Amino acid sequence: MEKRVLFKSPWLPWVLVAPQLAIVLVFFFWPAGQALYQSVLQEDAFGTSREFVGWENFQRLFSDESYLASFKTTALFSALVAVSSMSLALLLAVMANRVVRLAGVYKTLLIWPYAVAPVVAGVLWLMLFASPYGVIAYALQALGLPWNHLLDANHAMALIVMAAAWKQISYNFLFFLAGLQSIPQSLIEAAALDGASPWRRFWTIVFPLLAPTTFFLLVMNVIYAFFDTFGTVDAATHGGPGKETSILVYKVYYDGFKALDMGGSAAQSVVLMLIVIALTVVQFRFVERKIEY
Amino acid sequence: MMIERRPILDFFAHAILLAGVAVIAFPVYLAFIASTQSAEQIASSHPLSLLPGNHLLDTYRLALFGGKTYGGATIAAGWPMMWVSLVMALAITIGKIAISLLSAFAIVYFRFPFKRAVFWMIFITLMLPVEVRIGPTYEVIANLGLLNSYAGLTVPLIASATATFLFRQFFLSVPDELVEAARIDGAGPMRFFFDVLLPLSKTSIAALFVIQFIYGWNQYLWPLMVTTSEDMYPIVLGIKRAIFGEVYIEWNVVMATAILAMLPPALVVILMQKWFVKGLVDTEK
Repeated sequence: MEKRVLFKSPWLPWVLVAPQLAIVLVFFFWPAGQALYQSVLQEDAFGTSREFVGWENFQRLFSDESYLASFKTTALFSALVAVSSMSLALLLAVMANRVVRLAGVYKTLLIWPYAVAPVVAGVLWLMLFASPYGVIAYALQALGLPWNHLLDANHAMALIVMAAAWKQISYNFLFFLAGLQSIPQSLIEAAALDGASPWRRFWTIVFPLLAPTTFFLLVMNVIYAFFDTFGTVDAATHGGPGKETSILVYKVYYDGFKALDMGGSAAQSVVLMLIVIALTVVQFRFVERKIEY
Repeated sequence: MMIERRPILDFFAHAILLAGVAVIAFPVYLAFIASTQSAEQIASSHPLSLLPGNHLLDTYRLALFGGKTYGGATIAAGWPMMWVSLVMALAITIGKIAISLLSAFAIVYFRFPFKRAVFWMIFITLMLPVEVRIGPTYEVIANLGLLNSYAGLTVPLIASATATFLFRQFFLSVPDELVEAARIDGAGPMRFFFDVLLPLSKTSIAALFVIQFIYGWNQYLWPLMVTTSEDMYPIVLGIKRAIFGEVYIEWNVVMATAILAMLPPALVVILMQKWFVKGLVDTEK
């Protein structure tokens, strides 16, 4: 898409794009190139010698049990975050779309967690489950369900899923609500005249029409769980117990900066970049379809 | 609205929404409760009391200005960290909006060689959040001697294709007649940019401002790497410092700090709700 009327100048457009181009070159292309370059090098811990090792870092990565485990952890984590926060958000959005009175108030009271930093979300939920002060840990104990996320990997996973999903509900809620409000009222009225119950109307008309929103949110939630939850994990579990909640982004940081394995960390960065590119391509193909829709 | 009335369903909807609001607010309510108690009260209560204590002022004074606790721990002052967060958030927000306005203007209103290449170079950065390139980006910053500086903290986060795309979309929707009129009046490109385009973009700028302010304020991983000096810690990093490295966690101060850290972005969302929603929807298109 282009404008019919354009300005002409041999130098002005370059001056205008220069600041952004400079930042993009120095802070995106250079580091990304470095990551690619380092991922095929082996460097000793003191940085004194480097040698070219080809695919070795990647081979080492994919034969590393802890890396494969981190992949599984991340997949499970993002699936749980996406499903739980999207289903709760959808329920709330459907209800908010139904009520006329107070709808604006509910909306305000439901969207503010978007502003909470992931690390703060992790700390808040940690306090609910920290022993012995944690209110929920205490309640579970009273019900005969002892809680210990410091020892039990499932508990630790549940903790970071709750903290991450809690924060994401607001985002999903807003998009579901917008999706619901764009469904023509006449369709629903017609179904009601035919005697379809609200339950049936939801599953046969509303839910299928929300499919584009749902799919879009699914991708966004996976991106969120993959890349924006470092702080949540760092505050709530520190990747533990052991490495049981060490998701990929946490592992890149840990291996590169705590364990000083730059080649391995760079190879992990390259793998992460490929994942983001794949997700973005999926997203854009979907966006194109949405335009026709 | 609905052609049928079902009072029971309406009641049900309100009940679910109220439950949702309560569940969403619960962790923050408890954080607030914890911040009104003394460390000793928290340590001796299993579980934490659900009602406010009477140490609100003490705790927030400690969280904001630092000092010694009764237990003997030293608390770092929170307000300098909030200042760092504010400067960081504003620098990222204003920087992003400024460079994106200019580059989107060039891409939409000029024809120049390699325009498509420039467009794609910016576009591809959409795919590289800082989290996936932390190691090498850190090295670039270290090589440039920008560790522990505002420049190191903000500039790598400023380049964003999101903002450029938002403005590009908006500029494309501006009627061509406005350019023609400006040209007839003898206005040059920059005059047109400042006098016509910028005033028209006010809503888009406000919407983007809200989203980017929250993004900047909440940055955690990047500051964790590029700051080692305590006077360059943003507030979200201060929370981590209060939890780890301390033998005895002063939960009341930690929670007061958490409340202080979430207050500015939460106020921005609530007070600028209209622009927040617009920004969220527009940037994801």
